[in-house]
Amino acid sequence: MASITLDNLGKVYPGGTRAVGGVNIDIEDGEFIVLVGPSGCGKSTLLRMVAGLESITEGEVRIGDRVVNNVEPADRDIAMVFQNYALYPHMSVRQNLAYGLKNRGTPKAEIERRVNEAAEILQIGPFLDRKPRALSGGQRQRVAMGRAITREPAAFLFDEPLSNLDAKLRVAMRLEIKELQKRLRTTSIYVTHDQLEAMTLADRLVVLNGGRIEQIGTPLEVYRRPASTFVASFIGSPAMNLLDARAVPHLPGTAHAGTIGIRPEDLILAEDGPIEMTVIAVEELGAQRLVHGRTGGEAITIALPSDSPLGDTLKLGFERKNLHLFNRESGNRVD
Amino acid sequence: MKRTIFNNQLLPWLLLAPQLAITFIFFLWPAGQAVKQSFLSQDAFGINTTFVGLRNFTALLDSAEYLNSLKVTAVFAVSVTLVSMGVALLLAVSVDRMLKSSRVYTTLLVWPYAVAPAVAGILWWFIFNPTVGIMPYMLDMIGYDWNHVSSKSDAMILVVIASAWKQISYNFLFFVAGLQAIPASLREAAAIDGAGPVRRFFDITFPLLSPTTFFLLVVNIVYAMFETFAVIDSTTEGGPAQATNIMVYKVYFDGFVGQNMGSSAAQSVVLMLIVIALTIIQFRWVEKKVEY
Repeated sequence: MASITLDNLGKVYPGGTRAVGGVNIDIEDGEFIVLVGPSGCGKSTLLRMVAGLESITEGEVRIGDRVVNNVEPADRDIAMVFQNYALYPHMSVRQNLAYGLKNRGTPKAEIERRVNEAAEILQIGPFLDRKPRALSGGQRQRVAMGRAITREPAAFLFDEPLSNLDAKLRVAMRLEIKELQKRLRTTSIYVTHDQLEAMTLADRLVVLNGGRIEQIGTPLEVYRRPASTFVASFIGSPAMNLLDARAVPHLPGTAHAGTIGIRPEDLILAEDGPIEMTVIAVEELGAQRLVHGRTGGEAITIALPSDSPLGDTLKLGFERKNLHLFNRESGNRVD
Repeated sequence: MKRTIFNNQLLPWLLLAPQLAITFIFFLWPAGQAVKQSFLSQDAFGINTTFVGLRNFTALLDSAEYLNSLKVTAVFAVSVTLVSMGVALLLAVSVDRMLKSSRVYTTLLVWPYAVAPAVAGILWWFIFNPTVGIMPYMLDMIGYDWNHVSSKSDAMILVVIASAWKQISYNFLFFVAGLQAIPASLREAAAIDGAGPVRRFFDITFPLLSPTTFFLLVVNIVYAMFETFAVIDSTTEGGPAQATNIMVYKVYFDGFVGQNMGSSAAQSVVLMLIVIALTIIQFRWVEKKVEY
């Protein structure tokens, strides 16, 4: 168990390409941090720098009180779960779980105990003597997590561990990871591009874009008060509507903002509403319907209950507190 | 795979004919002749040919020279295989770790494979020539008197080096491809699991390379036993004192120089059986059993 600190961390590749820059995150002991962002935002690079698989060119990584910039991955007291699971295909599940302990000279009886314990937690006992290729995707995923657990490390690092699973299994495994982390109280860093996964797992979210941090906060903080138009459109599904303030001229108190944001679920049908929307398409999701259209030349989406009336044009309103104001140039929040 | 249906019965046979003709004329027919010869014996002038049953074969097993050739072949084949595969693996691992210009190295390292065996033999014969060669000169400086014309072990070392050198590029290519097929995340996972570079190689990389390794093992043994004729012929000609007279060279020497057709044919039949055995191993055992 340990805290992890990323202090002004940066990565510049030998060619001069910058992958990550100026990253500051203080991760508390036992906290579940999710790094989320679109592909190429530097989240995996960041995780690999913490793991020691990628060299650090700027700043510091501290695990506990120790600066680990030049510490070998093996000596950082971390365990990693890879996207493709990275199970050793020629070893049985038992050998896979034991390999890290064996390399560290753990006594046989202790290895046996920890492997069995992990197998029980993850319910992979029946497969211990099978080879990974004889397992299903979900089972391999459990083994990969088991390999992390047996080590009893200071921190778990997850690199998009669920992205190879089908949708249903992903939701189930997501819950399991969350429960497991709550139970073990091991500091965790989890990388994903799936904002829903990020929202559901994280104690705190770190939203990354172009190698920089856009916002750090609890899922609700980030959802309720996105720090920039990027975060606003990335977190929450369907994405927040971002409109040019000039397209909606009658809104009081928005003069200083170039861009206003309003979530589709915060829009309501109102006869005297300030926004008039021309309907283009309707998506039926069962519990609700998403109505896509345009207002003043800009795209807008509204989430409505599935029994609400439809027309060619809709008059929309909202509560003032649900309005988000952003600077047009920088995209930063201004309210 | 797409299956083509021919309406015309003749066309597929016509398409196959060139390859079948080549196989028949250059492989099946001579092989059949060799099998026939191996049961016959000719007198010194080639006038009378008599059927002698298995006597050519039993004579081989009684011949100290042939048994020596078996031993020499075994030592030679194992040495060539170990040297060429060992060096190739070392080079492949080095290239796999390179970030820059690994492609240039790969290309350069492949060149020797294009050199004809006879040329390779002469090349090494010059390098190790006791009179004018550079290697004997250098070995002399560290006090070793190199002479493959008189020393049996020097001669063996020479033919092993000359034969292995050519095969390194071939093995190297397969090893590089094999290494690249191993996901980087496996080695990273092993690194996090506390395995140092050497340990990672022996615990992860090498076992995962085993399909490539077994394949190359068979290919290299076949190469060393059957395709090194030109190397031997251009360097030691089987000498000194039979020290490098491997089976395939002895077939040629006994048959075309010694004119003992019956014995030579029997020897080629033995070689044929070895090839068949190796091929069966290759298909039955290697391709099916070596998996992980």
